[in-house]
Amino acid sequence: MYRYDDIDQTLVAERVAEFRDQTRRFLAGELSEDEFRPLRLRNGLYIQRHAPMLRIAIPYGLLSSTQLRKLGDIAHRYDRDYGHFTTRQNLQLNWPTLASVPDILADLATVQMHAIQTSGNCVRNVTADHLAGVAPDELDDPRPYCEIIRQWATVHPEFTYLPRKFKIAVTGSPADRAASEVHDVGLHMRRDAQGEIGFEVLVGGGLGRAPAIGQVIRDFLPLKDLLSYLEAILRVYNRYGRRDNIHKARIKVLVKSLGAAQFRDEVEAEWRSARADAPHLAQAEVDRVRAFFKPPPYESLADIDVTADREPKFRAWYRYNTRSHRVPGYRAVFVSLKAHGRPPGDMNSAQMAALATLAEEVSFGLIRVAHDQNLLLADVRQGDLYATWQALSREELATANIGTLTDMIACPGLDFCGLANAGTISVARNIQKRFDDLDYLYDLGEIEIKMSGCMNACGHHHVGHIGILGVEKHGEEWYQITLGGSVNGFTALGDVIGPSVPQQAVPETIERIIEVYRERRAESERLIDTYRRIGMAPFKERVYASRAEAA
Amino acid sequence: MRRVLKQREIVADDWRHFEADAATASHAPRLIVPLKELRANPQTWSAYEGPLGVRIGPADKVEDLAAELQRCTLIAIEFPAPTEGRGYTQGRLLRGRFGFTGELRAVGAAVKRDIIFALARCGFDTFEVAAGEDLAACAAALERYTVAYQRGAPGSPPLRQRFSA
Repeated sequence: MYRYDDIDQTLVAERVAEFRDQTRRFLAGELSEDEFRPLRLRNGLYIQRHAPMLRIAIPYGLLSSTQLRKLGDIAHRYDRDYGHFTTRQNLQLNWPTLASVPDILADLATVQMHAIQTSGNCVRNVTADHLAGVAPDELDDPRPYCEIIRQWATVHPEFTYLPRKFKIAVTGSPADRAASEVHDVGLHMRRDAQGEIGFEVLVGGGLGRAPAIGQVIRDFLPLKDLLSYLEAILRVYNRYGRRDNIHKARIKVLVKSLGAAQFRDEVEAEWRSARADAPHLAQAEVDRVRAFFKPPPYESLADIDVTADREPKFRAWYRYNTRSHRVPGYRAVFVSLKAHGRPPGDMNSAQMAALATLAEEVSFGLIRVAHDQNLLLADVRQGDLYATWQALSREELATANIGTLTDMIACPGLDFCGLANAGTISVARNIQKRFDDLDYLYDLGEIEIKMSGCMNACGHHHVGHIGILGVEKHGEEWYQITLGGSVNGFTALGDVIGPSVPQQAVPETIERIIEVYRERRAESERLIDTYRRIGMAPFKERVYASRAEAA
Repeated sequence: MRRVLKQREIVADDWRHFEADAATASHAPRLIVPLKELRANPQTWSAYEGPLGVRIGPADKVEDLAAELQRCTLIAIEFPAPTEGRGYTQGRLLRGRFGFTGELRAVGAAVKRDIIFALARCGFDTFEVAAGEDLAACAAALERYTVAYQRGAPGSPPLRQRFSA
């Protein structure tokens, strides 16, 4: 993985010193709340319902064992012994004190981490496919380019105060496990006829209010032009994005109001005009960064059958929680943060420490954060899988439910977030209870439930096969259910079934949707496929039938 | 007498703002005039004998300033609120694309120590800071970072940096 040089390390140290001074001035009453807000946000610090929340960047989802161990230490020392992994490859601490945040940031800097620009109206953490570098279907490893973008975007002076937040995702695979089409900018790696690396460029995707799918504004952007082109996009957005209404300030609104073609023309014109004064991405710099992402020293192995004569629990885990690897003899292993009864994405300090050690033993000391709130050991020898399963099981990190209904995405919701309308964690728990039987889950196949506690859509509900959105009605929590959303190579926004349902009715509603699916599915058809084939009507009818009719 | 941070030094401001500042005894003082006023009374201002500066707001397009770039030795850009980010691009374009080498001044209620470093990287060399802001602290803020990933605007102070132009 990338290692900081003196420039990187000095920059985070100077940033910590700056924020320490800003925090001191706020606590001394020298900065007003209004003045401090944008400064703390761009250092990852929210003031939440009960306490501050600190969002730590895990650039493109890659962690070393040393870093994960440090995150566990920080959660133990400054917080309540756990953290929450998010859909954008960040880790959130829910209970730090404001005064301790500069110390946390200084601790992070000792392991080459930071919380810079994880919030605020600026370029956010750059995300990537969690299977980058190991997926068999990948064109090239996107992470070197993510790291280059991370550096270019970090404390970028011109884009200090954009109209709104700005999220970039990069994928090297057609399966798009980075949800790139619902990002402000999505970059899809391509090769031209000469075999040179470049990117298809999408803009204007995003969830939240008025969700939109990104539109292609360039089929092929040569690598050397990556930064100058991003700078042109950001410059057009910084100049012309709306600043009068926070709900209309994302780049998707600008793209929509101009139309993708005119937006593209503006960007291309800016890009041509800026040629002489634009950042140049030198091949030497590309080579320098790429050298950090060389494949680990794999052994020459053959694929083996590791499930023969093993117990059914291990076989189920192997089937659901491991993925094929481009190198023979290896598998990628999901670390499930979706144990039933636990908030999705939560991990405690002891689990972090244990996983850090396990990764050193079986996966080159590296851990990935997946956008669906699980972790991943990307490079496990097949011969080590059984021992890995045993070790993960001891830490309750081996629930064999990846890709199933209970592998759901959920934001922290009303229990923590100052914006939420709804207690997503308790809804998740009730769904887990209702669908607790693993064999039943396996029979249902691949189902993605994504749940957000408010319109901001941190839980990506628009692109869930089943989406659940918390809404407030007369001071009560209600939930709007959608069907048919997806990402992963075929991006679609879900359709609303009908009127929202009260909290206690959510598991029942999901169950009725599942009933229709089980009755109507064709051989090996997933829920999403059945929905696309038969449409909304049968689902809607069953969901809103009286209990007697439904029975 | 107003003091400003100019070329990293705290100095007495030798410019006046049109109407906002009291008149001085001197004939045709250095005067910063809003773009709107310059455009409204072109004869008056083309006949003005002293040095002129132009003051622009966040929505003004720097591409439209060809005449002012000829006439004015100072451009003042407004930063009315901490979340207003267009002025950074205006400054960067004036320095990098339009070759403006005169005084580039940040003015407004948001001009405080926490944004001054970024403004300097975008080519601003003078800071007329918000009322009550500590100029010495602003001067210190210019030294806050010794490294940068991005290249600075032409004329901005050199740092150790990653990406060259």
